[in-house]
Order: sequence, then C-alpha cells, then structure tokens
Amino acid sequence: MKDWPLFEIFIRSKNGLNHKHVGSLHAADAYMAIQNARDVYTRRNEGVSIWVVESKYITASNPDESEALFDPAADKVYRHPTFYELPDELKHM
Amino acid sequence: MDNINSLEAKFQQRIDDEEKIEARDWMPEAYRKTLVRQISQHAHSEIVGMLPEGNWITRAPSLKRKLALLAKIQDEAGHGLYLYSAAETLGTSRDEMLDQLHTGKAKYSSIFNYPTLTWADIGAIGWLVDGAAIMNQVALCRTSYGPYARAMVRICKEESFHQRQGYDILLTMCKSSDVQKAMVQDAVNRWWWPSLMMFGPNDSESPHSAQSLLWKIKRLSNDELRQRFVDMTVPQAEILGIRLPDDKLVYNAGRGHYDFGDIDWEEFWQVVGGNGPCNKQRLQARVRAHEEGAWVREAAMTYAEKIRSKKETSAA
Ligand SMILES: [Fe+2]
Ligand SMILES: [Fe+2]
Repeated sequence: MKDWPLFEIFIRSKNGLNHKHVGSLHAADAYMAIQNARDVYTRRNEGVSIWVVESKYITASNPDESEALFDPAADKVYRHPTFYELPDELKHM
Repeated sequence: MDNINSLEAKFQQRIDDEEKIEARDWMPEAYRKTLVRQISQHAHSEIVGMLPEGNWITRAPSLKRKLALLAKIQDEAGHGLYLYSAAETLGTSRDEMLDQLHTGKAKYSSIFNYPTLTWADIGAIGWLVDGAAIMNQVALCRTSYGPYARAMVRICKEESFHQRQGYDILLTMCKSSDVQKAMVQDAVNRWWWPSLMMFGPNDSESPHSAQSLLWKIKRLSNDELRQRFVDMTVPQAEILGIRLPDDKLVYNAGRGHYDFGDIDWEEFWQVVGGNGPCNKQRLQARVRAHEEGAWVREAAMTYAEKIRSKKETSAA
C-alpha cells in the first residue's frame, strides 16, 4: 500500500495574524489533512483558518548557505533608524 | 577525521550557547540516533498510554467524567502524533517506528503495563502518572532539538488539565465515603512506586544520561526529576488524606527535600523486559488496531486517488 503523504500545517490563530507553521501530519489528501489538522491542532480554539501543503512541495534554504544568505545583513547598520544621530532639541522623528 | 572533530566542536558550541538545532543542521550521528530513540519511545508511550484509560470510557461514573476522560485520551493521541512527526524530521519514517513498536523492538513507558482495576485508578493515573510525565516534559521544553522542544511546549499546554481531572476524581472520592476513600488508597498503593520508576534508573545506573545532558537532549537527570516529583506530590497527598505507601518517606530539613525509600528495580526491569502484568495485552491491542485499520487507510488512499484523477480529466 502507498503511504499517506506528509503535509505541513499552518494555522491562523485569529484574523489579522499570519498563518504560522504548527507541525505536520500524514493524510490521504489535502482535504483529509485539513480535517485531521482541525482535530489535532485546533481543539482549544487555537485557530480560525488552516493551510495545508504537501511537505514535498516546500523548498528550504540550505543551512550550509546560511552565512552567504544572512551574514551580509549584519554589517548594514545604516538600515536601522538608530544609526542616525539627531540633535537633542529634536523631540520627535 | 579533523573535519568531523571540528564539526562536532562547533556543534557542541551551539548547544552550549543554548542555540536550538533544527532538522537540516549538521549533527553527530549519535545525537540523531539518541533523539530518534528517545522521541519515538516517547511517542509510543503516548499511544500505548491510551489503552489502560480507554478501558474505563464506557464505565465512567457520569457523563461529565466520561467527556473529560475522552478529551484527555484524545489529547494523548495528539501527543503521539506531535512526537512521531518530530522524530520523522530526523529521517525515520512513521512505518518504521510503528513496526518497531509492533515487533517489540521499541520500548514504551513501562507504567502502561499495569492494569486499571477500579475507577480510582483513572484518578490515580491522572494525578501520579500524568504528574510524573509533566515533570519530565516541562524540563524537555528546553531540549536542544527544535522540533522536539516545540512538540513539548504544545504537549505541556495540554497536560495540565490531565493531572487536574485525575486529582479531581480522587478528591471527590475521598470526600464521598470510607469505601470510596479506601478504593483511592488501594489505587495509590499500586500506582505510587511504578510512577517513581517512570523517571528511569538512578543516575549512577544510567550510563547514557551524561552524554544526553551534555547535548542538552535531557535537561535534568532522572534522580533530580524524581526528587522534584516526590516533593511536589507529598503535600497533594496530604490534602487528599491519602498515605503514600513508603515508610521511609520523610521531610529532610537539611536537604530541603523529602527522603524516600528504595525503588524495587528488579520489578522495573522485569516489566521493561516484557514480564509486567499487561505487556502482552497492550502490544496485542496495538497490533490488532493497526491491522484492523489497514483497509481504512487503503480505502482513503484509493478514494483520494480517484478524486485526483477525476479532477485531472475534467481539467484536460
Ligand atoms: Fe501526553
Ligand atoms: Fe497526559
């Protein structure tokens, strides 16, 4: 028998907030994944909306490339407002 | 070899810095193996743990108790799922893990090999067994492997009602009549020592513990957790008016902790080795449920494929 595929589950906890990854589960199809996700992840009002996506469709960045991807942001202090010194008499900006 | 050494040193540095390790990060093979074993054992325990309590769903004394017990057992199924999923991120498969459980290769917590003889046992399980599990799980919320830690946080949020519903059963019985209070005492007599065994062998007898602590897979040792559990439970027993079955249980002002008697490790190893009162029954129930559910899993897959191909033809 073919195994049920793995799905990643994303829950919006309330309107106005992003869907957030909460975990994964196996299901025969996306519809069943939503039903199972409802039973497993929203039994105590944790959600108002569910996204499911088969895990095989997710492309993840490689941890070995983390430096190349994320380190360049580290030395760009001028991207933050605190980099700019303002005169003391300026109260709001 | 140099390369592996420096990778391992870097890895340990991340652990020491309290950084979480995520699924695709480099990790020593032994770290991965230890985690797979510990997380899958933990998952199996959640699933097998439903059996002794499931025994009482149809015999719960009121609708309220039945609903609460059902909700608790349903939670345990969810806990099993969170943990199986966490283990799967390490490269093992659900089928592989289930196979190891069903063939007896994988262990689960030996406490679930004891029978639930009376309704008071359901209270005692919630109070003592879930209580001991919580003690362990709260510490594991800070475990170094990210997916495991996140599963633990979710589990801990759900657990606290389990212990309270158990304690509430016992409190009600203790206040109700001498006969019922005697039932509670009998249940506590039987569950107390196995609950203390849940934390595993003494630190001196637990050779892998040191490495697990170094890797922060475990955050507290077996004996530390057991001591915390005893300290927490004694005052709760006093409120129930129930005696914990240990003549050596006494507060030690010098240590600031309760001293307690020696655990019968012979019994522990017997039960772990398959000779507990219900080992066979539990495993049989699991295997039977899996086999009898095979056609459901197959039908669901066939149906899903049928819908998929219908969609494809209508799109073409
Ligand atoms: Fe649980
Ligand atoms: Fe529980």
